[in-house]
Amino acid sequence: MRIEANFSVLKDAKVHEYVARFVLGGLVTVVVGLITKRWGPVIGGLFLAFPSIFPAGATLVEKHEVQKKKEIGRDGRRRGREAAGLDAFGAALGAMGLMAFALVLWRLLPQHSAWVSLGLAAVAWMVVSGSLWVLWRI
Amino acid sequence: MRFLIGGVVISAFALLGDVLRPKSFAGLFGAAPSMALATVGITIAHQGKWYVATEARSMALGAIAFCVYAYAAGLVLMRYKRSAAWTTLSLLPIWLGISLGLWWTLLR
Repeated sequence: MRIEANFSVLKDAKVHEYVARFVLGGLVTVVVGLITKRWGPVIGGLFLAFPSIFPAGATLVEKHEVQKKKEIGRDGRRRGREAAGLDAFGAALGAMGLMAFALVLWRLLPQHSAWVSLGLAAVAWMVVSGSLWVLWRI
Repeated sequence: MRFLIGGVVISAFALLGDVLRPKSFAGLFGAAPSMALATVGITIAHQGKWYVATEARSMALGAIAFCVYAYAAGLVLMRYKRSAAWTTLSLLPIWLGISLGLWWTLLR
């Protein structure tokens, strides 16, 4: 299956959906900062992997599929929920990549520069999540 | 400052997820290290690298919890066809329970 980028979906989305995600992302980042300040980096670090935007993303996936089917006079709820389900399975694989990101950052950061550590951690996230996705598709 | 950077970085990863196909591949970006990328620079500047390394060790446990939570959400959505909002929000205690359980077992 080919990986594609379809930029036309950006036109279909409403401005308030983008604003809501920006505000939600900003709020969650602030709240995680407050949790870390109150309970320290060991507890606060857990929340760096909090599924902050995932529920909103899955809900939008469902909503857009329902809208598409509605335009041709069909009930798209079942299709929308299946699309959101696929999105969730992808997020589960991405979370394993997130774990690789965190482990690389944990091991490298004390001895290396922040940029090198962050760069290699980001590569680890891409390689692990991408490889797991390819294996899952086979 | 944290609000602005967090909002921009998390929204950017969400946009990537919107435009990419197939949906299972786009889903990878739902678990991107967006919050970490948004905050690491500020935290290193204020608290130092060891502080962020400690956060990262805990983040690995949170990511395991995220994996289980997202897989459970996928199963419920596929099998029982409940709404995405209901499913993803009602299952959030799974993430919290596993994260705190792993912290209690391994880091406390």
